Amino acid sequence: MDGAGAEGELTAQETALYDRQIRVWGVDAQKRLSKAHVLVCGMNGTTIEVVLLPVDLIFACLFFKFCKNIVLAGVGSLSLMDDHVVTEDDLNANFLIPPDESIYGGRSRAEVCCDSLKDFNPMVRVYVEKGDPSLINGEFLDKFDIIVVSGASLKTKRSKRIAFYAIDCKDSCGEIFVDLQKHSYIQKKHGGETEQQELTYPSLQEAISVPWSNLPRKTTKLYFAMRVLENYELSEGRSPGETTLSDIPAVLALRKDMCDKMSINESQIPTALMERLLAAGKKEHPPVCAILGGILGQEVIKSISCKGDPINNLFYFDAADGKGVIEDIPPPPAN
Amino acid sequence: MQAAKVLMVGAGGIGCELLKTLALSGFTDIHIIDLDTIEVSNLNRQFLFRQSHVGQSKAKVARDAVLKFRPNINITPYHANVKDSNFNVEFFKQFNVVLNGLDNLDARRHVNRLCLAAEVPLVESGTTGFLGQVTVHVKGKTECYECQPKPVPKSYPVCTITSTPSKFVHCIVWAKDLLFAKLFGDKNQDNDLNVRSKDDSNSKTDVFERSVDEDLSQYAQRIYDHVFGYNIETALANEETWKNRRKPCPIYVKDALPEDAVQLNGSSKDHKNEEHEPSAMVSLGLRNPQEIWSLADNSRVFLEALKLFFEKREKEIGNLIFDKDDQLAVEFVTAAANIRASSFGIPLHSLFEAKGVAGNIVHAVATTNAIIAGLIVIEAIKVLKGDYQNYRMMYCLEHPTRKMLLMPVEPFEPNESCYTPLVLEVNTKTTKLREVIEKVIKSKLGMNLPLVMVGASLVFEDGEGLEPDEAANYALNLEKVLAELPAPVVNDTKLTVEDFQQELKCSINIKHRDEFDEEKEPDGMVLAGWSGPVDKQVTSNGNKRSVPSSSSADDVNSTAEDVSLKPGMKRKLNEILESHENSDTLQNKSDVGSSSAQLVEDDDDDLVMLDEDPKQGKKKRLQ
Repeated sequence: MDGAGAEGELTAQETALYDRQIRVWGVDAQKRLSKAHVLVCGMNGTTIEVVLLPVDLIFACLFFKFCKNIVLAGVGSLSLMDDHVVTEDDLNANFLIPPDESIYGGRSRAEVCCDSLKDFNPMVRVYVEKGDPSLINGEFLDKFDIIVVSGASLKTKRSKRIAFYAIDCKDSCGEIFVDLQKHSYIQKKHGGETEQQELTYPSLQEAISVPWSNLPRKTTKLYFAMRVLENYELSEGRSPGETTLSDIPAVLALRKDMCDKMSINESQIPTALMERLLAAGKKEHPPVCAILGGILGQEVIKSISCKGDPINNLFYFDAADGKGVIEDIPPPPAN
Repeated sequence: MQAAKVLMVGAGGIGCELLKTLALSGFTDIHIIDLDTIEVSNLNRQFLFRQSHVGQSKAKVARDAVLKFRPNINITPYHANVKDSNFNVEFFKQFNVVLNGLDNLDARRHVNRLCLAAEVPLVESGTTGFLGQVTVHVKGKTECYECQPKPVPKSYPVCTITSTPSKFVHCIVWAKDLLFAKLFGDKNQDNDLNVRSKDDSNSKTDVFERSVDEDLSQYAQRIYDHVFGYNIETALANEETWKNRRKPCPIYVKDALPEDAVQLNGSSKDHKNEEHEPSAMVSLGLRNPQEIWSLADNSRVFLEALKLFFEKREKEIGNLIFDKDDQLAVEFVTAAANIRASSFGIPLHSLFEAKGVAGNIVHAVATTNAIIAGLIVIEAIKVLKGDYQNYRMMYCLEHPTRKMLLMPVEPFEPNESCYTPLVLEVNTKTTKLREVIEKVIKSKLGMNLPLVMVGASLVFEDGEGLEPDEAANYALNLEKVLAELPAPVVNDTKLTVEDFQQELKCSINIKHRDEFDEEKEPDGMVLAGWSGPVDKQVTSNGNKRSVPSSSSADDVNSTAEDVSLKPGMKRKLNEILESHENSDTLQNKSDVGSSSAQLVEDDDDDLVMLDEDPKQGKKKRLQ
């Protein structure tokens, strides 16, 4: 069932189902959502939340939470890419995979989740894309309006109109990266008037290679900590999250190295924080997945509907202090 | 986590997300109370429910859905009202923590009191559109839910509704609570509509009564002309009212629909209505609920809807209560409100918007609920660990404040003066006991089943298990003025008021006063010393009685992005912002209270520290 009828009007079914959210973002935004195509690479805790379709209640943390949210919101289509075969570990964090081996046995995460997600909102088309996310090329990507990845960074060129999100959850912390390239949207001011705004985003590469000494002191420590961790995983040939506390001596050495090169004080990246990230491994704390998946879901909706200030350009959450902070990296030039 | 016994109150927007997150987080013993059944409009965010579940109990379906992916946990559903007497203090005492996912103030207050009585920690929450908050309430450690003033739903003075509307919501209230109620509701209810027609100003005929076999089209037009034409002309005759106000225009059918032939044949225009629920929009070929109809179309809808009620739903007439999911009722109310609005120069609105106002619909999305659910679980885990230094009130903002979209605030300390001595000024010679109970004891004090004593005499009791003669006695007392009660209530009398279920008891000192200002004191009584919820509305031309309306949408033209923070949140945020120099602008600053909130700051510019010690630099507000 497609959303939005021939004349572009919402069907009676859509109006009834989406009534409450139309009252939030309006009919036009809902129509745009129904035409959007989203690709999700890597089905883990948070992405599931963002994508989530209320289907057989396969629960995964982050990715699944994201998936749930945008399917509920009524996007046009959703494509899932994740060839990992479902294991018992996935069952713990994933609520889209029923704990029944006859259902999940031998199938990829994307396949099983796809079935579940379809159930949440029959008006959204959900597909499985086979293949390794790191090998996809620009042509393939052109079909999509939005791409969401977890873990691996996507270095392929995208066409100008595709929005890109990267999301990561390490136990009780999380990071969301946003790249909307050139984004025009309507900003609503107090008093009801609206104003057209335009933002230009840096690429992921730019955002993670900023010289640290350029960044304000109060920049969230998680930003630096994640970069150290990334670097460590890359240099050791580990997959994302493939770390333990026993890695700490090597990681601290790397930290010193990087801080020296970047001319900042090591205390900007607390040891306790590095320990937490290493110990996290691939674990994702479910409430944090819900939060990150919710934030990311909202971002995707804002970007598709071109309404509302999107995050520019990084978001961090740490359950230890409860703050959900936006960082603008590289920072805008000082006046 | 495994050993904890958790009570969830509410299985709706927040409830579904919360139940799922609790299950994933390792909770194994969850009880859940919800009195509602599932509706289509829930499905955009209450994702545990499917189309096939519409009509079933939310608590039960939610439980079944979660068990599918966590078959080994215990979830006990209750399809019931949390205010039922079986959810008493003993019931609450069995839980380690209570998590609220409610949508109304009344139930929240009730749960708050039971948690205080049972000494069980409460995690409260709420969402509207993109905004949300989570607050933690632990007796002895933090203030309770009611310590901060909460806004109560708006009610409007009768005059504004019956004679001088200035906003669309006034027209909706008129259409819903007066006209709809008069035509289709209980005939025995008091109603402020003028029922005398110009031909019969002295007779006892009620112009709204349809004569036996009166042609429906004729009846409908007669009603239209009466309420939109004649009544307006009558009102115009009173010059005083319109000295400083825009005069309304009377509208008659012949003005609004000059070309439409007067149909004397009473049957509806279309056979489409045979299959579906009767709908005036369908009859008239109006398809788009987002469209704003012309005066002419509104008039057609009004007449057609009125006829359809009598033709297809005659049996219900006399018992109908407005329901936002009753399509024909919504059409009728929209049309009536719009015609009235047209008369008074107020902008017209679409059915979609009118329905939101008339039905008090809260705009809602899945993402905010998901975020709030995550935050609730994080606080719940802290509560279970007894980690009281780290309890936080969490705010989910639409626009970042100091770069934050999610903002933690330290909870306030318990409020010493939660229930200070109350003083009620009232005219004891003219005010009935029933009014005091309704307007003060049940409404302002939020008691559910109160008991009222004067000294040692029990003058009123509410609840089950009353003997018939006791009940009759209390019924008599209700209708007596205070001074004439068996135990007279006069100046300086002290009332004792108690609600056993809520374990709430307080004294009210009565002060007699003869006169009350109709505008400023429309209730005819004034309560002082109550630091609980404050009625925020300002009455313009007050009357003694207000038409209660739960319409909370003041300006229908605002969309979600305009909705400013809920007043409870505003207060704290403004205090925080005022105590820091470089605050982002947060418009609509309200009054700042005396206590100040401390925003949680971690270590700032001092880079000499080698390790992050979370306790350093934190302002300690809890013992």
